Amino acid sequence: MGLVASGKAPKPLTKLLNLGRKYSIWMYQWGLACCAIEMGAVIGSPRYDVMRLGVIPFPASPRQADLVVISGTVTDKMVPSILRLYQQMPDPKYVISMGSCANCGGPYWDSYSVTKGVDQVIPVDVYVPGCPPRPEALLEGIVLLQERISNEDPAARWRGDPIVVD
Amino acid sequence: MTAVGADQRQQLAYVATQAADARLNVEIETEGMTLNIGPQHPATHGTLRLVARLDGEQVVEAEPIMGYMHRGYEKLAEVRTYPQVTTLINRIDWLGSFANEVPFILAAEKLMEVEAPPRAQWIRTVLFELSRIANITLFLGDMAVQLGALTPVFMAFRDREFVLNQIEAATGGRFHPNFDRIGGLKDDLPKGWIDDTKQVMEKMRDFCDEFEELVLGNEIFEARTRGIGIVPADVGLSYGLSGANIRASGVDWDLRRDGHEALAYDQVDWKVWTHPDGDSFARYWVRLQETREATHIVDQLLDGLPSGPIMAKVPRIIKVPAGEAYAATENPLGEMGYYVVSKGDLVPFRVKIRSASFSNISITPWLLKGVYVPDIITILASLYFILGDIDR
Repeated sequence: MGLVASGKAPKPLTKLLNLGRKYSIWMYQWGLACCAIEMGAVIGSPRYDVMRLGVIPFPASPRQADLVVISGTVTDKMVPSILRLYQQMPDPKYVISMGSCANCGGPYWDSYSVTKGVDQVIPVDVYVPGCPPRPEALLEGIVLLQERISNEDPAARWRGDPIVVD
Repeated sequence: MTAVGADQRQQLAYVATQAADARLNVEIETEGMTLNIGPQHPATHGTLRLVARLDGEQVVEAEPIMGYMHRGYEKLAEVRTYPQVTTLINRIDWLGSFANEVPFILAAEKLMEVEAPPRAQWIRTVLFELSRIANITLFLGDMAVQLGALTPVFMAFRDREFVLNQIEAATGGRFHPNFDRIGGLKDDLPKGWIDDTKQVMEKMRDFCDEFEELVLGNEIFEARTRGIGIVPADVGLSYGLSGANIRASGVDWDLRRDGHEALAYDQVDWKVWTHPDGDSFARYWVRLQETREATHIVDQLLDGLPSGPIMAKVPRIIKVPAGEAYAATENPLGEMGYYVVSKGDLVPFRVKIRSASFSNISITPWLLKGVYVPDIITILASLYFILGDIDR
C-alpha cells in the first residue's frame, strides 16, 4: 500500500480500489433512540434490505467496521463512549449521522442533557434528516456515501489528512 | 485398552490419593469478575448499562445504570405549549408512539373539562391498539433473536410494516403520529381505511399463529425460558411492575378494563390474558396472546364505529385552567401516567411522567441475583423495556 499511501497510485488503480471499498462497507450500528428502530428496519426488513447495496451489518466490533451510523439522541453522558468508538475504528472510517437529534439536537434543542449534534464530537460524512428518517432516507444516505467514496483519493484518508466535509 | 502393569497401578493409586487429599485440604476459590454490559449492546433495546459482578458463571450482584438516554422531558414540557408537548412525548416509548399521547391528552382534557366525542374516542382506541400491535410485534421477534434465533426478527419486521402503513395512512406519521388533540383528533379516517385495516388484522392473526408454532413450540426456546427469571406476584407488585410483566405472574390487572379513562374498551368484548408461572416464557406467552386479542379489539371497534364529529368545541389558543389531574392508561409496556399541574397558563406548570419501563427495570437487581450469564440476556429481553421509556 505504499503506492496508495503516498498518493502516487495511478488513476485506474484508484478507481478499482474505490469500487471495492464502496461495495464492501461494514456498518457498525450505534442505535440510540427511535432512529435505531428505523435502522433496524433497514437491516432486518425484507422491504428495505441494506445488504443489496453492499453494506454488511453486525460487525463483531468497531475495530472491524468502516462505517458507523449514529442513529438517535446523543446525550452528554453518551459522548465519551462515542468518542471511544470513533477512536477504535480503523482508517479509513466514515460516519453517518441519522436523524435530527444526531444532526443538531432535534426536538431537544433546548434540553440540558442532550448534545446538540454529534458533529461537535466526531466528523460526520453524511447527514440524514428526519425525525425519524424513513428507512429509504437512510438508504439514500448510504448511496450518497458510496458516491463520495468512489470519488475520493484513498490516500487522503490513509494519511489521516483533516476531513473536509463539502 | 492397554494393559496396566502392577507398578503403574501403584503409581496411579498414589496420584489419586494425592488428588483426593488436595480436594479436601485446599478450598477451591474463584476470583470475582466485573462484567460491564453496555451502554451500547444489541440486547438492551438502546443504551442501558448493566454492571454485573460475577462469581464464575453466576451473577452475584447486578446494577443497572441509567441516564444514557435522559433527555429531560419533564423540564422541556414546562416550556412547551400543550399541543407542542404531544410532539415531545411521542418519543418516550418510540415503538408505540400513539399510546404515549393518549394519557397526557386525557389529563389535559380533565383539566379543561372537555370530552372528546364518541367517534374520536373510538378512533383513539383503534390507533392505541394498532400501536400496541406494532410495539409487541417487534418484541416477539426481538426476544427470539436475543436467544439466538435469527429468523423471527425478519418476520416481525416484515409484518410490522403493514401495521405501520395503516398508522401512516390514518395519521400521516409512520413512527410519531402526533395525531391526538385536546378535545378530539386532528382528522377523520381516510376512505377505505377500515377495510384495509381489517385485512391487516387478518395478516397479524396469521403472524401470531406462525409465531406460536415457530417460537413457543420450539424446544430450545422453551429450554432457555422456562423457569428463568421467575417473578412472584407479591414481589412484582412491590416493585411496581405493570403490564404484561405482572399479568405473566398471575395478577389479573389491566388498566384498559380496570382504569377510569374514557376510552372505548368497555364497548367491546375482550379478555385479559394471564399466566400463572411468572417466568420468561410466561411473559412471552402473555404478550403473544395480547397481540392476538388486540387484533380482535380493533376488528370489533371498526365494526361498531359511531358516526359524528371528531372534535369537541375547544378554543383555538389552548389555555388550561389551574388545577391538577392524573390520567393513566395501559400502554404496550405497562401503566403510563401523566400528572399535570396547571397554573392557568399556555404551558403546563409541571408534568410528572410515570412510565412503565422505569418500574419494570427496577426489579433487575433482585431478579438477576444468582442467575447464569446467558440468562441475563433472556431476563432482560423478557422484561421488555424501552430506554426512552426508562430515562425519558
